[in-house]
Amino acid sequence: MDFDLSEEQQLLKDSLGRLLADHGSFAQRQKHRNEPDGWSRALWALYAELGLLGLPFEEKHGGLGAGPVETMVAMEAFGRALALEPYLATVILAGGLIRHAGSEAQKSALVPKIADGSLILAFAHGERQARYELADIATTAKKDGAGWVLDGEKGVVLHGDSADTLIVSARLSGQRRDRDGIGLFLVDGNASGVTRRPYPTVDGLRAAEITFSSVKLGADAVLGTPGKALPAIERVVDEAIAALAAESVGVMAVMHEATVEYLKTRRQFGTTIGSFQVLQHRAVDMLVALEQARSMAMFATMMVSEENAAERSKAMAAAKVQIGRSGKFVGQQAIQLHGGIGMTNEYSVGHYFKRMTMIDTLFGPAEHHLARLAKTDGLVES
Amino acid sequence: MDLRFTPEEIAFRDEVRAFFKASVPEVVRRKMSESRHLAKEDFVSWQRILHKRGWATPHWPVEWGGTGWSPTQQYLFMDEMQQAPAPPPLQFGVNMLGPVLIAFGNEKQKRHFLPRIANIEDWWCQGFSEPGAGSDLASLRTSAKLDGDHYVVNGQKTWTTLAQYADWIFCLVRTNPEAKKQEGISFLLIDMKSKGVTVRPIVTIDGGREINEVFFDDVRVPVENLVGEENKGWDYAKFLLGNERVGIARVGVSKERIRRIKQLAKMERDGDRPMIEDERFRERIAEVEVALKALEMTQLRVVAAERSRKDKKPDPASSILKIKGSEIQQAVTELALELAGPYAMPAPDEPDEGSNEPPIGPDWADTVAPTYFNWRKISIYGGSNEIQKNIIAKAILGL
Repeated sequence: MDFDLSEEQQLLKDSLGRLLADHGSFAQRQKHRNEPDGWSRALWALYAELGLLGLPFEEKHGGLGAGPVETMVAMEAFGRALALEPYLATVILAGGLIRHAGSEAQKSALVPKIADGSLILAFAHGERQARYELADIATTAKKDGAGWVLDGEKGVVLHGDSADTLIVSARLSGQRRDRDGIGLFLVDGNASGVTRRPYPTVDGLRAAEITFSSVKLGADAVLGTPGKALPAIERVVDEAIAALAAESVGVMAVMHEATVEYLKTRRQFGTTIGSFQVLQHRAVDMLVALEQARSMAMFATMMVSEENAAERSKAMAAAKVQIGRSGKFVGQQAIQLHGGIGMTNEYSVGHYFKRMTMIDTLFGPAEHHLARLAKTDGLVES
Repeated sequence: MDLRFTPEEIAFRDEVRAFFKASVPEVVRRKMSESRHLAKEDFVSWQRILHKRGWATPHWPVEWGGTGWSPTQQYLFMDEMQQAPAPPPLQFGVNMLGPVLIAFGNEKQKRHFLPRIANIEDWWCQGFSEPGAGSDLASLRTSAKLDGDHYVVNGQKTWTTLAQYADWIFCLVRTNPEAKKQEGISFLLIDMKSKGVTVRPIVTIDGGREINEVFFDDVRVPVENLVGEENKGWDYAKFLLGNERVGIARVGVSKERIRRIKQLAKMERDGDRPMIEDERFRERIAEVEVALKALEMTQLRVVAAERSRKDKKPDPASSILKIKGSEIQQAVTELALELAGPYAMPAPDEPDEGSNEPPIGPDWADTVAPTYFNWRKISIYGGSNEIQKNIIAKAILGL
């Protein structure tokens, strides 16, 4: 057991921290939201320069060959800065699918473009009727000569508006919730038959509703084995959950720090409000919640590379429960303890609270994962 | 960062696990598992087995019988002991007084008392709290006045756990009533057989008798029983209270309890299906398991940080362990209460020794409610959770 970062990991943390302090302050973030993509291409280029966009990919494909701990370090920093950029969509989700399901040729072709920042990707998976059930796919892919034809609708596709290429899940055979019969396809975002309806999300990021109507795909559009894509999707969603756990720690830590700082400076009744015991204890409760979440983000980081899918997904479900519970408490109390100022759109804490709330929703909130975990033999083995 | 145990640590864990499996007397293991009160002989016989193996005082310095284990090994040992389940060595001697004597006692005290603590030849109890000095411990009033080569002690201690078995009590006493309240306190060792010492039991809400009042009427204590310097007792007490870090969260205890609840839930039926198939009950268990896993990781973070700490001061994060650990232990007793259902209610008189009367309801259910009530103490003793929050607010948050 060793919880210290290695020298390289510490360097990554420091460099990214400096980069975001210089170019990703809260005021700058609010400007970046108004750029055409809703995020900063300039910042994206700086991420590429730092090596962040190639972080989890193998070196032979043009990546950095880093592991889950590096991803944790990066995501926590993004959480602290409330980063708007499509790191989760491009590197973690779509990039993860390429890592786990892509052919050597696809990896060699795509990874260098991801790493240098020139290729933005999104994972078009969720459908309205599916809620959080990963196997629930109604979008269809039908064989058409050597290629395929894609039909269906995908909802709340993270950064689906600015993605150059979409990775789309579709059903080749079977019933809507069957585990078998699911395939993944690389689809040009501007292909004929692809209609995108872009919008901002409540946390200030971007997403799109995407319709595919008779979209013709070549044979080379297939990612992985047609019909056998679900395990890769589940694995990538587990990786996304571990990443979100780390991001949420950054988000919560800032909310907690801001709250404690406010308690030390805000004066009422002739004294700082931090001298009131009821508020001191609330701030401690927030710290306990934050530290429990931090511990679970580390647990998720440790377990995310576990090959046993059942053990891995149990750990991710547990992490999602903890960050959901902690995030809600820390967020609500951060607003409460700031009082009126916490309610204003101008002040940063509310934006952190909104991101935290959306992190809970992504890939299923705490209650969803608690129910999943309860169906297993649990965390305390008998 | 590597969040796995090393092969050496895993081998160590397996070694202690095998030892506990082979060495905990069955009667002790069963009482622990069924949440029954341990008799004095149970504590004594088990601690002597541990001592024989050289493991009764693992965290003491090697020269005084410690093991020289790393913080991680200490943690693994404690975790395995809690899961066995086996009682820890008697904490009043091993965890509280022992380290104080080692740090502040004189050579004669160390040589005499430490081996007797390790082999539990003296049963120690703790004389800190008083009727008027609970969370505000420094306001204690038990007095010790110097009279030749003796102190004359008068006053009352309370909540004294297992004083009915004790040979000795270590006490905070007021030796200078003129000084500021923290500065007039001394740390005194008192023989319970001394004339003028009276022990009176306090029955707790679970019906148990583990705590007591201890009265001192003109008790004469030789000055050689003073630990360290006169009027420095408050420093030693703070050292003692901050000392118990490893195992304070009792993660292993909660793991063992949850494991047992899951097993019992397979047998206990609700209509035509076992309770373990009740989704809502499973979710309640899962909820506690998540918090426990997070706490286990938090504890490991504290253990790992301890390796690099040079100042030897307690990590303020151990207050988090105390708060969360107590909440989880109490939540586990609620799960057991829910599982027992209506059979949490019967509270029959203790059966006579050797009685063959059958149990009322499931044979495990009679201790469930008493344990639920008894374990409310966990968020009160050792500095209540509210006091822990005061400590964190000041020491970590700077409020």
